Amino acid sequence: MTRSKKNGNKGIGNSLIRPDGKEKVMGSFEYSSDLYHEDMLWGATLRSPHPSAKIVNIDTSEAEIVDGVVAVLTSKDLPGKPTYGLIMADQPVLCSNFVRFQGDPVALVAAKDTETCRRALDKIKVKYKVLKPLTDPELSETAAPVHPSGNVVRKVPIRRGNPDASGDVVVEGVYEMGSQDQAFLGPESGLAVPANDGGIDLYVATQGLHQDHFQLPPCLNLPDEKVRVHLAGVGGAFGGREDWSVQGHACILALHTGRPVKMSYLRDESFQGHLHRHPAKMWFRHHARKSGELVKIEARILLDGGAYASTSGFVAANAARFACGPYRVPNLIVDATAVRTNNHPCGAMRGFGAVQACFAHESQMDKLAEALTMDPVKLRMANVLKTGDKLPTGQIVHVPAPVEECLAAACAFPMPAESADNQDNYGLPGGAGRTVDRSRIRRGVGYAVGYKNLAYAEGYDDDTCASCKLVDGKLEITSAAAEIGQGFVTVAKQIAYEVLGIEDIVLKQASTAIIGSAGSSAASRQTYMSGKAIKLACQNLADKLISICAETHGIAIDALSLVNGRIRSVNGTIDLELAMVTTDPIEAEAHYSHFQTKKMDEKTGQGDTDVSWIFAAHRVVVDVDIDLGLVRVVQITTGQDVGNALNPLSVVGQIEGGISQGLGLAVMEEVISEGGVVKNGSFTDYLIPTFADMPPVEITMIEQPEDGAPYGAKGVGETPSLSSTSAVVAAIRAATGLELPRAPIRAEDIALASRNSK
Amino acid sequence: MKIERNYTLHINGKDHPVESDWLGENLLYVLREKLGIWGTKNACEQGECGSCSVFINGVMTCSCMELSASAVGTKITTVEGLAPHGELTDVQEEMLNAGAVQCGFCTPGLVVAVTDLLETNSTPSRLEVKEALAGNLCRCTGYGRIEDAVFRISEKRAREQ
Repeated sequence: MTRSKKNGNKGIGNSLIRPDGKEKVMGSFEYSSDLYHEDMLWGATLRSPHPSAKIVNIDTSEAEIVDGVVAVLTSKDLPGKPTYGLIMADQPVLCSNFVRFQGDPVALVAAKDTETCRRALDKIKVKYKVLKPLTDPELSETAAPVHPSGNVVRKVPIRRGNPDASGDVVVEGVYEMGSQDQAFLGPESGLAVPANDGGIDLYVATQGLHQDHFQLPPCLNLPDEKVRVHLAGVGGAFGGREDWSVQGHACILALHTGRPVKMSYLRDESFQGHLHRHPAKMWFRHHARKSGELVKIEARILLDGGAYASTSGFVAANAARFACGPYRVPNLIVDATAVRTNNHPCGAMRGFGAVQACFAHESQMDKLAEALTMDPVKLRMANVLKTGDKLPTGQIVHVPAPVEECLAAACAFPMPAESADNQDNYGLPGGAGRTVDRSRIRRGVGYAVGYKNLAYAEGYDDDTCASCKLVDGKLEITSAAAEIGQGFVTVAKQIAYEVLGIEDIVLKQASTAIIGSAGSSAASRQTYMSGKAIKLACQNLADKLISICAETHGIAIDALSLVNGRIRSVNGTIDLELAMVTTDPIEAEAHYSHFQTKKMDEKTGQGDTDVSWIFAAHRVVVDVDIDLGLVRVVQITTGQDVGNALNPLSVVGQIEGGISQGLGLAVMEEVISEGGVVKNGSFTDYLIPTFADMPPVEITMIEQPEDGAPYGAKGVGETPSLSSTSAVVAAIRAATGLELPRAPIRAEDIALASRNSK
Repeated sequence: MKIERNYTLHINGKDHPVESDWLGENLLYVLREKLGIWGTKNACEQGECGSCSVFINGVMTCSCMELSASAVGTKITTVEGLAPHGELTDVQEEMLNAGAVQCGFCTPGLVVAVTDLLETNSTPSRLEVKEALAGNLCRCTGYGRIEDAVFRISEKRAREQ
């Protein structure tokens, strides 16, 4: 992509390198798991081995006498409120009477090192009365409640148009998607340090400092001002750091022992210690005219939220709102339900409900294309959503909606050549196994489009703030936005440079002690929200400097303007570097809130719920070994709606990374649970894509700037995850001719089905 | 070989005395928690992700799988030892410039792995890069920019020869 370089290549639109990058390549960047404090203890968690059980008795006496153990805590030692939660406080800090999933925390240990912690955990004797777990979400609504709040977290109906409308062609399908782990590499970890004021300083890897913070004071029995949450280096997140992991436990141990306490999960505990993507069961029926025009969609979506609510209600709402895909659909009957079970709790992951829905609606579009003997791309093009169209909620799309452009761009790339290989079949299905028989490879091409909302929805008052301060020519930006790898720290500096023309910029460590909320680094919202707040804060700073300059020089404010980092007067008599305006530090703050959205109507789902939307299309080419069921993804092409790419290299990074997670969900990634017990909680058994699995990715960014967004930029974090999974599955179906209604597709789904159909 | 409870490791050109609490400690744990050499990362701690890669006598090894006490007498090089004076190696420089770093947790391990790859094969093909680096997991990048960095380094070295 060519673009005009401006502002000395430091402003927006340039591919600046990360300010934290040098430390990261040298190994000196401090992650949450690298934290150390003199006199610190290690903390560890004892978790339930059972998905459902009554706690009869806990005996900690033997653990307490292990040499090096400083504290062993159970629910009776909790200092405050016994439950917490991001949306509702329904999750026990430590279980007192019942455990509701395999991994529910039961006791805590603080000791001199990790090995001593492990030995002490082994010595805690918990007597359980094992209960039959509820593991089938389809039975949840009628089963005995697994939690006092009941089993239905939320039901989201959407009704529009004529329920009796019918088309010439009807296709129907039941689709299923497994649970995905965010599998960030940096373990959940943090350090809690008791403060002299009786309060606590928590340094932790998180997506949202203030959302971690607000849950702490009640559980710690501390006033709000005595709790401070600071961002420690984050090794990836993808939704998995929206909810607490070590936050409450580390603080409780530190306050109890009066010493700093560090906690860091090993990978097996990580699989238990954060929430996963919701597995889904989805029934869909599409009605269309012979021309391909969609007439009506009926959909029922069931999401298994596991034992605790977290964000399940909002995930269900997203699954419902985006169930029809980015198409014009006049009539619809959609119901999404999130229920509780004794399975592992689920919450946020990149794409948040829209990924599951996309798998169903795109599978249906292919099925419809087949029924109509129509090209699947043509069918999509005939129905694409455009600006000005009405969504299922009745909301009108008021922002650029380049669905057609995204799909055309994905289709425009040349198809890859037949598999070339210089390495003895390494590049073919089977890879390092070199198992392939070339005559048994089938190639397939698949397409998918998807969309979701940008930023928070359903009436949330998203007040995001940032401040900046000019001292000795150096600009200091303060924001509580969490850098989780996405490159917010780079874009923040680019925006500040764009406004003020100052090169010497530092970002202060994000913390709840120094500024108000920036919301979470979630929902693709940080550039869109905090980027805007930083832009406004910098503009406020410029206005202050201009007014100081006007006063000093006895000149009218409107005779001065800011040009390339200098304040100039119209007549040319004043031409000052910003740093020269005053020797006093000058500070400015800004809050940004988008327009107020509305809740969904409880019966019809109607309402202007969303701020904006992001759209994507993917085309995937696969080679499949039909005997062994092994898949090699050969190429992925994509068109992505980005608004304006403020840092094109970062955007490419988001797109390639998001697509690799989408590929993983299509062919290998699933948290497998049997009777509520996770069977593959390790990187040995839960596979994520490696170098060998990733094909070349060809990208076209569709840049249609959104009015009011900072420099027109939409968020880009989730866009690549929306339809990449569906496109991979579509390609495998095209290669094999199999229905494959479930993702991820396992080798046996192909190999056994191919054999049976012979 | 008799294994002493307390021993010395030779890391990045320096001797580091280690007081072990028990002899089961792995090298990753000792580097990080005993010696404060934090650059080597702890993502899976079971030899699957490559984040903890170091050189032991020049051979790339997952430090989480290596008994620390058995590394006595070897020369250990961690990511910190590749550019000891704060200047970046060409591998580090190009990883940074190519956009191969996002959260960066896999990065030290990949710096070690790419260094190793290009020492044994200065002009790898795309498939050879994929096979050589398939033991290093990255969750952020989808590997595209890392692959790009490898070719940039390889081409730069060829030009400079």
